[in-house]
Amino acid sequence: MSTLSRDEVARVAGLARIDLTPAELDRLAGELDVIVESVARVSEIATPDVPATSHPLPLTNVFRPDVLVEPVDRDLVLAAAPEHIDGKFAVPQILGEDA
Amino acid sequence: MSTLVDYDDAVTRYDTVIGIEVHVELGTVTKMFDGAPAGFGEEPNTSVTPVSLGLPGSLPVVNGKAVEYAIRIGLALNCSIAETCRFARKNYFYPDVPKNFQTSQYDEPIAYEGWVDVELDDGSIFRVEIERAHMEEDAGKNTHIGGSDGRIHGAEYSLVDYNRAGIPLVEIVTKPITGAGARAPEVARAYVQTLRDLFRALEVSEARMERGNVRADVNVSIRPTPNSPLGTRTETKNVNSFRSVERAVRYEVSRQAGVLDDGIAIIQETRHWHEDTGTTASGRVKSDAEDYRYFPEPDLVPIAPDRAWVEEIRAGLPELPAARRRRLQGEWGYADAEMRDVVNAGAVELIETTIAAGASPAAARKWWMGELARTAKQQEIELAELPVTPTQVGQLQKLVDDGRINDKLARQVLEGVLAGEGDPETVLVARGLEVVSDDGPLLEAIDAALAAQPDIAEKIRSGNLGPVGAIIGAVMKATRGQADAGRVRELLLERIGS
Repeated sequence: MSTLSRDEVARVAGLARIDLTPAELDRLAGELDVIVESVARVSEIATPDVPATSHPLPLTNVFRPDVLVEPVDRDLVLAAAPEHIDGKFAVPQILGEDA
Repeated sequence: MSTLVDYDDAVTRYDTVIGIEVHVELGTVTKMFDGAPAGFGEEPNTSVTPVSLGLPGSLPVVNGKAVEYAIRIGLALNCSIAETCRFARKNYFYPDVPKNFQTSQYDEPIAYEGWVDVELDDGSIFRVEIERAHMEEDAGKNTHIGGSDGRIHGAEYSLVDYNRAGIPLVEIVTKPITGAGARAPEVARAYVQTLRDLFRALEVSEARMERGNVRADVNVSIRPTPNSPLGTRTETKNVNSFRSVERAVRYEVSRQAGVLDDGIAIIQETRHWHEDTGTTASGRVKSDAEDYRYFPEPDLVPIAPDRAWVEEIRAGLPELPAARRRRLQGEWGYADAEMRDVVNAGAVELIETTIAAGASPAAARKWWMGELARTAKQQEIELAELPVTPTQVGQLQKLVDDGRINDKLARQVLEGVLAGEGDPETVLVARGLEVVSDDGPLLEAIDAALAAQPDIAEKIRSGNLGPVGAIIGAVMKATRGQADAGRVRELLLERIGS
């Protein structure tokens, strides 16, 4: 029984800005379904007395001191930008907002 | 489009419910997840590391100081501090976050379930319930460049500076604030003001509104009666001054009342605040794009604040603004209305320091709320921006208390201090304003005045003391106001009696 519909795959792909062809949607709906079902099987095994694992590392409170490090040189920073103007990254117009 | 309903009319027919999200930038030296400087005003894109830029392979590490500040805020807001909490990725595509997600907290905030008492203009207290306070990082800053001066092929484009990206934020979310009725706009403003004062007292942020250190998102909904179910709300983003918070709530109430009066449903949406017109405009409609697909941040381990550490932070909390104001009012003996005026004028610290410099509470208040308040108002600046220090005001009052100048001369000395001529003592000497305390010159001036007005002198000598004011006035004029009028009167009466 399929748990993941083709529409759901299309929606998630849209949110992640991944452009999929109809053929890819058909294929991925099937493949992803296998993964989802496999993960779902875990809940068959997990019982209330098994604590949930929220993180694979048995660590908490890994902090760094509030101490400065040398920032990256701006020329190097902007070298990664397709376009830059006045020391800023230039991007296609952002509609409707001034943040 | 529906017409706006007059606010006073709207609140007779609708009950307002608000909810406020306040973001505060923490005053740490470095960013939330990396050691880049978290300061303000640097050249664009110079306060960045691979982590702030979200470069592949870079890994975040939590700034311990930011966690401490977040706990401090949580405790001051009477919140519970989580035994364990974690960060989550809030996924969205927008150039202000180079990683395509903002590292935030979602289902496990560091602080939750608190409250804060807000003092309104009339001195009454309104309690605001806090839903949660969580940690996150700020986004970069976008500047939109219009098409007319666009340099990318004449098109419109935006410029991004990532200096702000990664600066630690704490976001404080209220529960729906009900029961404020027509005073909802005032409650909203007073709440944000209370938080700003709190951040400063806690020393977790400079909390400067004009720099965007504190930003508010204001949710507003209206309903027919306080017993009706909650109406559909709108969220007005980035309202960045106290006055605007108040105006934004008022505007939304008027606008929503107009829409509902026309029988149209309110659309749940994000709205933008326009400071110049005092209006809000429709932004994004909440839809699929709002699906942020939160999931636990795999690159960071959970935070489990040790209870002993939390108690240590609690014990180290400073006296909070409301308690401090009550204590100072008691110490200073100000009436409720006087204290409120002092608080609203932002003069509490100024008066406190002036008193510490030796002035009486009454004298300190007289200067700051009188002469100096008038000067600040004329120049349209804050009291604290005047070029005079509380210590100088204390020195000025000491000159009066010592009898070296009277109130009139003191105002002239103050004028000199404000004009940058130096400390009160310096101005007094330089302008030669000291009260003439030597009787010799005063007697000379009295004799001259009596001689100049023989008819008045005669009346006084014959026992009619009515016109003594004329002689005292002449003496004051002759000594350019530098005489002690009381002493002149004494000497005059002695003179005539003799």
